[in-house]
Order: sequence, then C-alpha cells, then structure tokens
Amino acid sequence: MRYHTTAIRAGARRDDSGYPLTTPKTTHFDTLALHAGAHPDPATGARATPIYQSASFVFSDTDHAAALFNMERAGHVYSRISNPTCAVLEERVSALEGGVGAIAVASGQAALHLAIVTLMGTGSHIVASRALYGGSHNLLDFTLPRFGIDTTFVPAHDIDAWRAAIRPQTRLLFGETLGNPGLDVLDIPRVAQLAHEHGLPLLVDSTLTTPYLIRPFEHGADLVYHSATKFLSGHGVVIGGVLIDGGSFDWSRSGRFPTLTEPYAGFHDMVFAEESTTAAFLLRARREGIRDFGACMAPMTAFQILQGIETLPLRMQRHVENTRRVVEFLCAHPLVESVAYPELASHRDHALAKKLLPRGCGAVFSFSIRGTREQGRRFIETLRVFSHLANVGDAKSLVIHPASTTHFRVAADDLAAAGITEGTIRLSVGLEHADDLIEDLSRALHAAGKASTKR
Amino acid sequence: MNFDVGGEQVYAYTGSRAFDASLPTIVFVHGAAGDHSVWALQSRYFAHHGHNVLALDLPGHGRSGGSARRSVPALADWLVAVLDALGIERVVLAGHSLGSLVVLDVAGRHPQRTSHLALLATSVPMPVSDALLSAAASDEALAYAMITQWSFSDAHQLGGNQQPGMWMIGTGLRLMERCVPGVLHADLSACNEYGNGLHRAASLSLPALLILGERDQMAPLRNARALASALRHVCEVHLPGCGHSLMTEAPDAVLDALRDFLAAGHVAAAPKVAARAR
Repeated sequence: MRYHTTAIRAGARRDDSGYPLTTPKTTHFDTLALHAGAHPDPATGARATPIYQSASFVFSDTDHAAALFNMERAGHVYSRISNPTCAVLEERVSALEGGVGAIAVASGQAALHLAIVTLMGTGSHIVASRALYGGSHNLLDFTLPRFGIDTTFVPAHDIDAWRAAIRPQTRLLFGETLGNPGLDVLDIPRVAQLAHEHGLPLLVDSTLTTPYLIRPFEHGADLVYHSATKFLSGHGVVIGGVLIDGGSFDWSRSGRFPTLTEPYAGFHDMVFAEESTTAAFLLRARREGIRDFGACMAPMTAFQILQGIETLPLRMQRHVENTRRVVEFLCAHPLVESVAYPELASHRDHALAKKLLPRGCGAVFSFSIRGTREQGRRFIETLRVFSHLANVGDAKSLVIHPASTTHFRVAADDLAAAGITEGTIRLSVGLEHADDLIEDLSRALHAAGKASTKR
Repeated sequence: MNFDVGGEQVYAYTGSRAFDASLPTIVFVHGAAGDHSVWALQSRYFAHHGHNVLALDLPGHGRSGGSARRSVPALADWLVAVLDALGIERVVLAGHSLGSLVVLDVAGRHPQRTSHLALLATSVPMPVSDALLSAAASDEALAYAMITQWSFSDAHQLGGNQQPGMWMIGTGLRLMERCVPGVLHADLSACNEYGNGLHRAASLSLPALLILGERDQMAPLRNARALASALRHVCEVHLPGCGHSLMTEAPDAVLDALRDFLAAGHVAAAPKVAARAR
C-alpha cells in the first residue's frame, strides 16, 4: 500500500483542536441554553439568531422545490410549516429537554391540541390528571368531546385511578409536572410505567418546571410541551408553545396509532414510523398538524422566546430562591391558613418532590388566607409589587384569585377536590428582591386583617 | 417492505414505491447500531428519481429480525442473500461506516453484481478503540454517549440541523438506544476485525465514491487514504465541518455527491472535492 500510516482507532481521538478525549463530554445545560441550535449566521456573521421574517423561501430550481415538498431534502418552504428562527427555538428546547426534536406553535394550548390530534381521532379516549391548568381542562372536558375525544380525569397521585380509567380506546395519558393549584407532583416514573404497560404514551405539561427543574423524558415521559409564554420566556411579552418528542416511544410495537404506522394518503402514502424511527410523531405533527390546523409560531415570537431561554438557568435559580423565602414568610404568618408548596413537609407529595424536583418546585403556588372573600379582595388589591393578572412565570411577581378567574368554570366539587377555596390566592414569584416581595405581602396581609376587624 | 431471507424477516425502506424492474436499484446499508432511517432524505430522493431503493435494516437492527452478525463477511453474505431473495442481479451499493465495509466486501467478491460503490464515513481498516469496545461490551449507555460525541463535529454538538426542528444529538442517541443489548458490540467488533478491505478495494475496477467528513472522529479522514489509493476509479468528496454522521450533518451535500456520481460516474468540481482516476 502506498500509505503506511497506522489507522487511528475510532474513539481514541482528539477533538477538532487536538485536545485529547478520554471520556465523552456532554455539553452542559447552561451552555445549551445559550447555544443549542444556533451558530453565527453564515451570510452576515450575526451572532444573535436572526429573525427570518419571511413567509416563504425560494427554491434553487424545480427539482429542489419538488424535493423539499416531498421530504427528500431538508429546508424551509413556507413559514407555517417551518421557519429558520422557529427551528432554532425548536432545537434549543429539544436539547434542553433531551428529546429528538420539537415543533414551535402558537401557544401552549396549540401544543396540547397538536399532540392530541396527531395521535388520535374520534372515538378515542384520554386519561388525564385532575390537577390541570384551567385552559387544558376546558379543551379536554368541554371542547374535545364535540370532536369525539373523551377524557377521564383522575387524581394525580392515585395510580389505581389512572389504571382503572384506561379503556381499549385510550390513546394517551396526560398530566402536569406540577398541577395547579395544589402543586400535585405528577409521579412521572409510575404513570409512565403504567402507560407503557398498556402500550400508551405519557404526555407531560412541564410549563411550571421548565427543563431546568425537571427533564420529564429522563423519568419516562414520551412527549412534553410548554406554554413558552411562561418561564421559558420570562418576560411575559409573547404567547407561544413548544411540543417536544422524546423519541423513545415505539409506535409500531404499540399498534394503537394508525396515524403513525399506516400509509397517510395526505402525504404520498408516507408511513411515518418507517420514514423516521425516532421522530415519527414529529413528522406527522408537522406534515399534517401544523400544515392543516395552522397554529404556527411567528419568527419574532421565536426570537423573543430564545432571548428568554438564554437566561433560563439564572432566572429559575432566583425564582426558586425567592419562592422559598416567600413560602417561609407565609407559613409563619398568623393570617395564613395553609401554603401548598411541595418542599414543605406538610405537602402530600413532599417525598416525591424531593426525588423528582431536587432543584426546587418552581415559583407558582397557592396559599389560603383565613377569613372572608372580602379579606381576600383587600389582600389582592393592596399589593403593589405583585401584579394582579392572569399569567404565571413572568420575571415580575404576579397574583390571582383562582376561584373567580382561572377556575371560574370548574364545578364546586372539583374546586374542592383541586384544593381551591374562596380564600385561595395563587402567586407567581418573580425576580424582584425577596425582601420587597415579603414586605408587599406583609402589608397586604395587614390590610386584609384590618378589613376583618372593621366588620 | 418486509420479506423473508433464510427464515429471517428483513425490512427495507423503499420510499413507499413499488419495485420497478426497469429501473436501477440502490442499496443503502447503515452503520453500527443504526437502521434505514439514517438515510431518510437521500433514500427517499432516489426512490422518487428514477431508482428502486432498498434502505436495509441489517439483521437484528430496526425492523429486521434475526440477530446481529459479528463479522463483515457474514454481513456481506447476508446482503448477497437479500439480493438473491429479491431476484436483483446488479445494484448500486452505498454504505455508511460499518455499512461501507459491508458493501466494499460485497463489491469485491461480486464485482459483476455491483455497478457503482459509494462509501461514506469510511476507513479501511476501521479499528475501534479498546475503550469503546469495552464500553460496548459492558456499559452500552456509556458507549452510546461516546459514539454520540464522536459522531458529530464539535460545531454540530450544538445542533444546527438542516432538518427543521430536529436535534441531531438526540436522534442519534435514541436510535442507538433502540438496539437490543449486544448489537453495538457485534457491530463494532465486525468493524474492528475486518482485515480484507484494502485487498477488496484493489480488486475493483468500478467507479467508487468516497464521502468523508473532515472532522470525523470515528473514521478519521486520514484512515481513508489507503483506501482511496487502492481504488482504481475513485472520487473523493470531503465535507468541511462534518463529523461521522454525514447524512444528518450535511444531507444535501451527501445527496448531491451521490446524485452527481451516479449521473456521471464522477463528481463534478465543487468546493473541497478532489476527483481522481488512474
């Protein structure tokens, strides 16, 4: 042979710069939060992710056009289906969650809808935790039955209830990492195991935790979504959602998902599970769900969410630190009847939270004040630093009265079951100085107490 | 498409197209712990551009039955049996990594059945480090982590997938995790022990294409020099900034190189392309 070089052994190598590699390094979460999916723009050198504010993208020739349409080449065609700025966000969140890919959509609700309609049609059934965001509850309980998809709600912590609710028509198990308003911790390992025993996937809403506090795929979840409006953004200036595929669920082996395992006439008879071993779900969701239902994300929105994610690790640490201070203060206050935060020994899911959420249980929680509805009103209206509005996960601290707003349509029995009373107040603790937050709460509690003595 | 070869089920992705005996056939063979889906874009392209496509799942991988073979010649025997079972006489052979050794062995032993040979992310020989082999034997999760790191260039460790919304580190890892225990070790052993590659290459007179990643740490670029020199009619395409997972890292560049090679028997001048015949 002409060359006498000794072949270099695979895996006995150096990195691009010659730095020796002995054990595999994995890029850390904080670094991925800044870099995953993005490289300096090759055309301009722009370091920030450019906002590709373009509805469509030119083809180099007719063959290129046909190849893009038929999934023979990678690239962008039309911003409803995919967009380069949105694609960076999708990669970024996939990397942080440890999934195979993602789809950015118009809102968290659009993400939940996309997950469901990609997996099932009329005659199907979902088993969901009862401790859900009110908007998710509306979709499952009131709207989807009109389209032939029914849901059975079960107590998040009751694994026997989950099991008993599964029917032959069941196609999905669904819960939130931390369920509003009592902060029920979803036992993802157990519920996922139950789901998998029945050939079903587990979908988890991780909005309140973000991948900084828990990565549900590592505990067995199959699909995860976020309302990216909340902690992922942190700034409260956009509405958006992201749906991520863990890539582990074997749709073919399950045999319950013809949308993924049988030819789809709407896309050249493609069998998605054969086309992609690990991302069949995402293929169908993009090639059908986003294409036809159209709840896409705007590139400007994706850019703004990316701006937020850059500081996600720093913000989540501070959210949790502040929350712990506020919880401690409230627990010691005589006018406070109860505080529902899983880091408290009094919380039902305290042990589970220690196991699944060692970095903290987020910054959204509820507490109840003793006394009348009027005292609750006085409390909320006296707050100055906390903003009274319907959102969570902002950098600014927020407050709301669930019984009259977010959970207004929930029946009284279900409210009680969810741990909501007339005196329940929900806080979303922001990034202000904790002393200022505590002072604000202290003053409002004082006003609420005076409202009682005036009566 | 599922069919039976020697009592074992075999799966081949065909791009949802029926076999047309009047068209040339391209066989795509994946690498260690992979399956047909690593060729998704390229195989679909050729299935819709004048070719029959068989993107195979090797035995014990993906949707194919049987158990993983432990040597390149055994895999080559299996591939020839697949062609016999389907009654296909002559094919274009394309292989990635381990798959490149398999198709090289088939071409060398059955030159009359091979019209073109495309070898991607290849190295002859293809030695595997003791650390990786031993991890594959005793701690597959560690081995998967090693391969995940060494299969993508440093830049691609941070993504930048041409396929919108896909995180290539995640897809690579999850695909390997689908393997039943023992498959990766069998595959890597086959790579490590194959000693006939240069001999097979030297015997060939067909047009051959090498597509190589400049940042490949699994089959480093330097390791392909002996192969390139042994092949009589060879085109080399070097992909800058790419590691070992070429079909994912540079899907269009790989497709273009394959397309031009099959159309003309060589690859037209392009950046970083060295075409050579002797």
